[in-house]
Amino acid sequence: MGTSNCGHEIAMSSPSAGEAGMTRDWRTERPDLAPELCLAVRQGKEACQLCWVYCPDVCVARGVPPVLDLTYCKGCGICAEVCPTDAIRMVPDDRGPSLPEVVRS
Amino acid sequence: MSATDSVVITGNEAAAIAVRLAGVQVVAAYPITPQSPVVETLSKWVDSGELRAELVRVESEHSALTVCIAAATVGARVFTATSANGLAYMNEQIWWAGGARLPVVMACVNRALAAPWNVLNDQQDSMSVRDAGWVQIYCRDNQEILDSLVQAYAIAERVQLPVMVCYDGFLLSHTSMPVSVPAAEAVQAFLPRRPPLPIVDLDRPRNIGQVTFADPRADAAGQLCHGYMELRALHQEALEGALEVIPQVGEAFGAQFGREGGGLVWSHLLEGAEVAFVAAGSVGSELTVAAEILRAEGVRAGVLGLRAYRPFPAQAVREALAGKDLVVVVDKAMSYGYEGPICSDVRAALLGSASPPAVFGTVTGLGGREVDTRQLVEAAQRALGDFRAGVRVRRADWINLKLREPA
Amino acid sequence: MVEPCGTAALRVLRRGNVGAGQIPSVEEKVESSVKPAISEPAPQMFEIRWHGRGGQGAVTAAKILADAAFRSGFAGVASAPSFGSERRGAPITASTRLSSAPVRLHSQVSEPDIVIVLDDTLLGVANAARGLRPGGVLIVNTARPASALEVPGNVRVVTADVSAAAQAAGLVVAGAPMVNTAILGTFAAATGLVSMERLRDAIAASFPGPAAKKNYEAAVIAHDATRA
Repeated sequence: MGTSNCGHEIAMSSPSAGEAGMTRDWRTERPDLAPELCLAVRQGKEACQLCWVYCPDVCVARGVPPVLDLTYCKGCGICAEVCPTDAIRMVPDDRGPSLPEVVRS
Repeated sequence: MSATDSVVITGNEAAAIAVRLAGVQVVAAYPITPQSPVVETLSKWVDSGELRAELVRVESEHSALTVCIAAATVGARVFTATSANGLAYMNEQIWWAGGARLPVVMACVNRALAAPWNVLNDQQDSMSVRDAGWVQIYCRDNQEILDSLVQAYAIAERVQLPVMVCYDGFLLSHTSMPVSVPAAEAVQAFLPRRPPLPIVDLDRPRNIGQVTFADPRADAAGQLCHGYMELRALHQEALEGALEVIPQVGEAFGAQFGREGGGLVWSHLLEGAEVAFVAAGSVGSELTVAAEILRAEGVRAGVLGLRAYRPFPAQAVREALAGKDLVVVVDKAMSYGYEGPICSDVRAALLGSASPPAVFGTVTGLGGREVDTRQLVEAAQRALGDFRAGVRVRRADWINLKLREPA
Repeated sequence: MVEPCGTAALRVLRRGNVGAGQIPSVEEKVESSVKPAISEPAPQMFEIRWHGRGGQGAVTAAKILADAAFRSGFAGVASAPSFGSERRGAPITASTRLSSAPVRLHSQVSEPDIVIVLDDTLLGVANAARGLRPGGVLIVNTARPASALEVPGNVRVVTADVSAAAQAAGLVVAGAPMVNTAILGTFAAATGLVSMERLRDAIAASFPGPAAKKNYEAAVIAHDATRA
């Protein structure tokens, strides 16, 4: 089956959830947000939101505090890096049943 | 041609006029001899309001083409111009514009590449990017510069490919000759706006030019999408399609403006010729004079001119040169380490013929070395002499080279 | 687009009246080894070389001459500077070709029919008369008499004090007279290849109104002061 049905003549793709597959399987760490340290929480409004700005995989929604959806989070750590108050830390990730036994221990 | 509808102008002026007539919207270029007067003229017209375009000042040729790429991506009609080392400086973006299938139009004012530094004419610059997937058109005179630049927009926007209109630095760019200038309304009618490839669309945001893998890959909707090789195959197919579009646009131009628009190739005295010159650019004019001198001396000579060099008009070349004994290619460039680019391409194309003529290469005019009609005649006579002595393969004849004392 | 004529190689220096002004007594010269391939009248081409110094406007004058000739009915004209980097004061050349058929040559003129010298110091310095065809015309801006100039024989020398003409018309830039357009008046007088009317049109197309008037006035003065 050829690719000509895709209708493009140049490299082009539409952003869509899961376009690159189950990227959650790639991570070995995940972000953990401590609300009491979050600037938005401390100011009582949608302040800062830098984690939302910088997440490359749209895993963060704006909020007080911002909401993390880890379905596609690949654990890159950028949100933790940019958080000005270190409200986000990267912690070892438990990927669930798919994790090999040797790493579990 | 009456004096009332033509003006005596330089090639650079002709180019600038074409750009103005085509209603270009964005111009970005960096000055370099011998192109500078084109952009200086456009800049003057933007300032006076005669050209309603955005002139973006950039600090390099790389940025100039980048601006054009960006503007073309959102659907603007764009223009840039450069020469030699300026073209080399934008090299990666030349490849980008080709692969991204953007209808960018560029004037390449042919000049020699450094090292060593030389501001004068040869065709090395545009020849060095012939692989990048642009349409390349070579002009014989200033009328062709104006006409080809106008047609370039029609071609580019129809086949979704960038078009490089090449003309010889100084020999045409700075030389004044009569040019018939069409009316702006007629050119606007000839160049209706065509929608670009759907790219930037606020209602359907997309990634453009993203990393593309070796293999096709299904997107989130399950649709199998091109891998790199499929996109390049489409690019090649578009260039092959241009082999038909270029003459079509030439014919339409002719119908609209009452003079030949030009096709893939042109010829002079080829009928019944035993030896045919092949060349691109202004040297073609000199060759028509050389062919006439040879004919007067009893040699049946003719000229095949390449107007379109990319896509390479292989079929047209085979048909035009069928039945000739000898082809003498006049290159103004080299593929260093081998031979002249036009020579290789012509010889390869002819291998598909029933009885291909012998093809001898000549190299002329590098770095602005004077090209003299008499020398072209003598080069043909040397080639014929070798051919009649049974030579079929020989090293290229570097015309008017003064490296060694004659024996 | 390209004239299908077999006689571009046939160099004929023209006899007879072309326009107002004096007629050059040039010899008819035919390349005896060349026979016309196609029987059509030979296109008549005049090759002109200019000698000036960077900044004197030789290139502009060469272009105006081409324009004037085109307006006069020459179907083919081409005008080009010597190519490459130039600086103010350095000797430069320019080439103009006038023909009854489209000009197909792009090389610099090496065997001119007419040489125009904007600055008489260039006669020696630049060997301005080199290659001038026997019977050709040498036009020089000079206050000296023709006999005082060292030029080869068999060349018709035409002089005019074009600097004085330019000065009289008020064409002075940075203390130096601009002789480039003025000398076109001398050219018209010497060769008759362009008329003063067409020259005026070409000058008007190259300069804004008041400047065009001055430049043409200088050309008229130079025309009238031409010594054949």
